Amino acid sequence: MANEKRKRLTSTQQEYHLFEKERETKRPVAKNCVRAFLVGGLICAVGQAISYFYMYFFDFTEQTVGNPTVATMVFLSMIFTGLGVYDRIAQFAGAGSAVPVTGFGNAVISAAIEHRTEGFVLGVGANMFKLAGSVILFGTFAAFVVALVKTVATKWGGL
Amino acid sequence: MLKGHRTWVFENKPAILSTATVGGPFEANGRIADDFDLLHEDLWLGEQSYEKAHKVLLEEAMFKAMEKAGIAKEKVQLIIAGDLINQMTPTNFAARTIGAPYLGVFGACSTSMEGLALSAFIVNHGGADYILTGAASHNAAVEKQFRYPTEYGGQKPPTAQWTVTGAGVALISTYGDGPRVTSATIGRVVDMGLSDPFNMGGAMAPAAVDTIEAHLRDMQIDASYYDLIVTGDLGKIGREISLDLLRQHGMNIEEERYQDCGLIIYREGQPVLSGASGAGCSAVVAYGHLLNRMKRGELKRILVVATGALLSPLSFQQNETIPCIAHAVAIEHGGDGP
Repeated sequence: MANEKRKRLTSTQQEYHLFEKERETKRPVAKNCVRAFLVGGLICAVGQAISYFYMYFFDFTEQTVGNPTVATMVFLSMIFTGLGVYDRIAQFAGAGSAVPVTGFGNAVISAAIEHRTEGFVLGVGANMFKLAGSVILFGTFAAFVVALVKTVATKWGGL
Repeated sequence: MLKGHRTWVFENKPAILSTATVGGPFEANGRIADDFDLLHEDLWLGEQSYEKAHKVLLEEAMFKAMEKAGIAKEKVQLIIAGDLINQMTPTNFAARTIGAPYLGVFGACSTSMEGLALSAFIVNHGGADYILTGAASHNAAVEKQFRYPTEYGGQKPPTAQWTVTGAGVALISTYGDGPRVTSATIGRVVDMGLSDPFNMGGAMAPAAVDTIEAHLRDMQIDASYYDLIVTGDLGKIGREISLDLLRQHGMNIEEERYQDCGLIIYREGQPVLSGASGAGCSAVVAYGHLLNRMKRGELKRILVVATGALLSPLSFQQNETIPCIAHAVAIEHGGDGP
């Protein structure tokens, strides 16, 4: 917890925090890292296999194969989310299944499924990007800032 | 009658005429499946939405309780119930179906005992002859509101708890037989400054301790008076913390006499992390499993301390800490109170 937050607490509360922390089950960080590494690696290996598949059987190069691969991975993530499997994989894998693009797909699709009962417009449409919306917003903004820096550096920086 | 600072003693000994509990598929695989009156295979209960399914849970429990006691719904003079959903629509809609006068109560996961305490008080003082009281929660409907979409792949920490799908309802009256409600202690809001919504047990433990101590102090009895003191949904971590706190405060309480509804309901190996939670948790365990044990004579006197975390998804996002509450109700076989 942030120090600033802690300052607002009374001494009894602070004392209880320490008391509570001692008895709290800790997140198994090392185990989580290993699991995330293995599952995340596995997902990436599947993605790599799909890329090779498109390059071998279709007319894609290493530069252009990204798009169909990502689309396929997101599609698979959608199927697994719909079948109710992805959240179970995620409980085991943690960041391993959240960081790859499949995790992003899961965030969008799970929200869409969840709000289907409120109809297509007010439910699915309005809530689909409830979780992924901020990723899109700040991702786009970060890309804009990087592009701006690059433009300034090349135009006036003489790079 | 008020005894001590905040405990009611019910001299007319209101009886729990009948109880009914309804559960979902996850509860059917749990440890106390036999104690449910009705179990559903499907989380949707054949309804169009989880919220509607949530309403059906409560309706079924209410009708079942009336059927078991042989009381027609026209004789029910008051419903005191609640749940966790915004504006308590599942309970409101279930009360619409029954058509009796209705008071909705919100005490988060402590609603079951808040309702029972109020019902016993009203019945005891002749405010009504028959009162239906209960609480319900539905895993998917509650998760949808408080956390992430059910299918979202976010890893939950080991301190997180599993929301129960279930409803527990009791029919209270001074006429007739059944386990007696002898006293109740109303909790106060305790906030120890914890703000992690994935660690409710740790946040709620001090509230449970506060209410248990107040109850014993007001009633001038020892913890050993009860065969069982059972907390609502503290889970593994909360139970351990509260037990340590009670002992630190000099209370002599045996490990096996201090249990938690959140640890009773599910089997070892079900993926519930720290235990169960939700308004339905203490309701189904107390009105199902524990009262059945009382009827079999295994327990004579129990103190049910339902615990609730009074947060909203909004208050958490605005960096508020989690205020918690616990209400205690004593239920005794035959009702020979102190």
